[in-house]
Amino acid sequence: MTRELTFRDAYREAIREAMLADERVFMMGEDIGHYGGCYAVTKGLLEEFGPERIRDTPLSESAFTGAGIGAAMNGMRPIVEIMTCNFSLLALDQIMNNAATIRHMSGGQFHVPIVIRMATGAGRQVAAQHSHSLEGWYAHIPGLRILAPGTIEDARSMLKPALADPDPVLIFEHVMLYNRTDMLPDELPEVDIDHAAVRREGSDISLITYGGSLKKTLDAADILAKEGIAAEVIDLRVLRPLDDATILASVSKTRRAVIVDEGWRSGSLAAEVMARIIEGAFWELDAPLARVCSAEVPIPYPKHLEDAALPQTDRIVAAARQVVGR
Amino acid sequence: MTGPSASPKVHLDRGHCLELLRQMILIRRFEEKCAELYTQEKIRGFLHLYIGEEAVAVGVAQALAPEDAVVATYREHGHALVRGVPPGEIMAEMYGKRDGCSRGRGGSMHLFHAATRFFGGNAIVGGGLPIAIGLALADKMRGEKRVTACFFGEGAAAEGEFHECLNLAALWKLPVLFICENNLYAMGTALKLSESETDIHAKAASYQIASEMVDGMNIVDVEAAARRGVAAIRAGNGPYFLECRTYRFRAHSMFDPQLYRDKAEVEAWVARGPIVRFQRWALDAGQIHESDVAAIEADVAQQVDAAIAFAEAAPWEPIEDLLTEIGAERRT
Amino acid sequence: MGAFLMPSLGADMEAGTLVEWLKQPGDMVHRGDIIAVVETEKGAIEVEIFENGQIAELLVQPGTKVPVGTTLAMITAEGEAPAPRPVQPIAPAPKPPVAAAPAPARVAKPMIPTARPRASPAARQIAAARGIDLGSLSGTGPDGAIVRADVLAAEGPRPAKTGIDLNQMRRAIAAAMARSKREIPHYYLTHSIDMSAAQDWLAAYNSTRLPDERLMLSTLLLKATALAVQDFPEFNGFNSADGYHPSSAIHVGMAIAIRAGGLAAPAIHDTATLPLPVLMTKMRDLVGRVRRGGFRASELTDATITVSSLGDRGVESLLPIIYPPQVAILGFGTVQRRPWVVDDTIAVRPVMTVTLAADHRASDGHRGALLLRAVEAQLQKPDML
Repeated sequence: MTRELTFRDAYREAIREAMLADERVFMMGEDIGHYGGCYAVTKGLLEEFGPERIRDTPLSESAFTGAGIGAAMNGMRPIVEIMTCNFSLLALDQIMNNAATIRHMSGGQFHVPIVIRMATGAGRQVAAQHSHSLEGWYAHIPGLRILAPGTIEDARSMLKPALADPDPVLIFEHVMLYNRTDMLPDELPEVDIDHAAVRREGSDISLITYGGSLKKTLDAADILAKEGIAAEVIDLRVLRPLDDATILASVSKTRRAVIVDEGWRSGSLAAEVMARIIEGAFWELDAPLARVCSAEVPIPYPKHLEDAALPQTDRIVAAARQVVGR
Repeated sequence: MTGPSASPKVHLDRGHCLELLRQMILIRRFEEKCAELYTQEKIRGFLHLYIGEEAVAVGVAQALAPEDAVVATYREHGHALVRGVPPGEIMAEMYGKRDGCSRGRGGSMHLFHAATRFFGGNAIVGGGLPIAIGLALADKMRGEKRVTACFFGEGAAAEGEFHECLNLAALWKLPVLFICENNLYAMGTALKLSESETDIHAKAASYQIASEMVDGMNIVDVEAAARRGVAAIRAGNGPYFLECRTYRFRAHSMFDPQLYRDKAEVEAWVARGPIVRFQRWALDAGQIHESDVAAIEADVAQQVDAAIAFAEAAPWEPIEDLLTEIGAERRT
Repeated sequence: MGAFLMPSLGADMEAGTLVEWLKQPGDMVHRGDIIAVVETEKGAIEVEIFENGQIAELLVQPGTKVPVGTTLAMITAEGEAPAPRPVQPIAPAPKPPVAAAPAPARVAKPMIPTARPRASPAARQIAAARGIDLGSLSGTGPDGAIVRADVLAAEGPRPAKTGIDLNQMRRAIAAAMARSKREIPHYYLTHSIDMSAAQDWLAAYNSTRLPDERLMLSTLLLKATALAVQDFPEFNGFNSADGYHPSSAIHVGMAIAIRAGGLAAPAIHDTATLPLPVLMTKMRDLVGRVRRGGFRASELTDATITVSSLGDRGVESLLPIIYPPQVAILGFGTVQRRPWVVDDTIAVRPVMTVTLAADHRASDGHRGALLLRAVEAQLQKPDML
């Protein structure tokens, strides 16, 4: 049996389940309580769990993220919600210089089992300061695990293993997915936070992507199929550590790859995936690698320009055609 | 440590006087040795010495219990020593050896010790305050009656974190003892050149936090103030703030020609340093004798030598283990 | 004890300049005394001594810059005789283990075993051009992959699937050329042809066409030869033991150089009947197949007359050697701009020298000259080719 729900509902259910199961779990973030959550993910949770466990914070990203780190070091399992990755830059020192380093700097004596959730991505015409995709950037930092759910199952089920992880986990929720509905099975399978997933099998080209770009890539695969190009779609799911084995197995089979990544092209996660493919599957390649990323511009406000700046299905299709040689 | 930490009063009996003096002298001689070892390249990277400020760490330590937590800065050797981190492990850590308290991975600025609840060692000015309020938040949520002592310099008062954390600690009534070690210079910048309001405790008071200004060169004053603060926190009154006015006798770090301050100023502060003042008072008051001081010095010298021997003999961590202890990579 | 060294005062300090001694030989010093001032990039730093004793000797003069660890002065401990001056810094600290150059991180190997040989794109390109089978090579590249050098080194001792063995080919060519010179009485006729008409027509033709539709000059030369030789059967056929047999069909052989040093002259069947674009396509196809080693034996033996052209990077003329059992070969030199007499004045014209080498047993110079003039005539009316 399946039921239909939004990604937003899926995230909320996951948080609720975690808070009911473990009293060490609590949340801190801006407007998560009385406002109901900027994206309404935490709506109703304050009423159910109370202000001790659903804590509205002042606009102090550094302090409440660091507080999450300290609380995690001292026996709690905090979920810190930073409203969007755009504001996470104010907490970057705590994330990079404390959360990511404390296990290492203390020689393994302390660890930081914190989960930080952030909204990411563009598409709502909220312009340059509210439209970043920084998950690829965070994936650069040793000591962090970076997740990017792109399916409703992952939205519902990634939180549990993230909370169980003894080290920091960052979950990037794409803003355009909150409203999307999809069918979720009643019997929830357990998911891991280690591996990428093959969402569609194919033999002609590997389309490698994650998060908000997954649907666009699957749509592109449908179009390509009608043209006789069988694309395999890989959902990375975990951006750090990258699942090399799945990526290389796919590209070794298809011998061609296009990486789709909403980060800006230069220094993107796509660049990292391409480098790994060259390192691990160079001899299998039958065509140069290609990528579809955001244009090198701060995300513009007007819709037509925003759409042009971001990866879209037609650009993915065009890139795949070119790589295949049509 | 002698003296029940629950009591707000300082009991200056002979035993306690000897203990206070011993701890300060241990820090002093340990730090002096570190300077020497650094010039010989045994200790590398950055080295920040606590010489002159001993009374603050030692005084506050008297008010804390073993189950409390301590968060400090990169000038934290003294805090680690009085907390009970073994001197050999501290020295080995600074040598970079595997038997260091942080497995040699951190060095002088990143001393961590789980058994004594010593949460670092933080090299970002102001970076430890958010962690401290988080530790305190967890204690409060779990009903633990523990105090988190958070040490930082007056330079941290300029960082946004300082204000964010004081606000949050006051708002949520977190059990944090904030100790600002105001040594008048943030690296090479004098306080009056960087703060419009140079009374740091006044800033804390503006966040509705109980605060005091303390003579950081007077160990008895520091201990008394710390006991008051800890008592208030344990009574559930929320955070407490101590601004301890002190002075570092040596440069910010080893590689600092101190172009920003006068030699005369340094000498004036040295003359009223915490050890000479307390030692003179205790001798005059008949609480201790010269022979006690000699015994303490001999004992401390032995401890420091033993710490060095331990560090010298300790092995290096093998390079093959480079990628361990990063976390988040271990699965898959 | 005994030496006072230049101290390390900072993570990035490598050397310091001794600026001033604050103590002199004979002075007593105590632990913590400032005994010198050292200038660094950051400024002057006072340097202290960590032991008690007496200054015996100052070794470095003020104003000298020395590396960290250099002995600056000799100190006598209390009650001790002066120590000998050390030649080197004392007891250097045991160094931490130095890593050997780390191997680059090994990436997970692909799960799917691959049937085709691992070869770099550059290697594949050369192998294809030379007709070398990758499967027959062993590679010296990473993980045993075949790289460019491996293909270059493989000069063909192993026969490729299409049957070209370059060494064997050269032996065959050598044998044929020697036989030709030995047995065929060659005579040579040379003629220079004004190529203006041909060039102008070619340029005009090509200007309106896409690159893969354009004609090359050699196409015109082959067609002109084929058409011209229609009236001269004594130059188009085969010599055999029982005499000369002219051929009714005209299959012009095209001499093609193979990069590793081979030569082949396969035929284009019924050359005279082919429109120029078709002829061009066939020529291009033949060159490609020859270079890949993919032509048929019949294409080699069917040529009834051969054309050899130096192209546009050759020289003025060539004296070709007849391919037995053929009886004639035309050698076209490079088109060059030369002074040319036009209506009693000197003009500059593109001129090409063509040489006919013919078997005197089948033909004679008079007819040969007429053949050359016929070729010339064809080339003056390129639109009729």
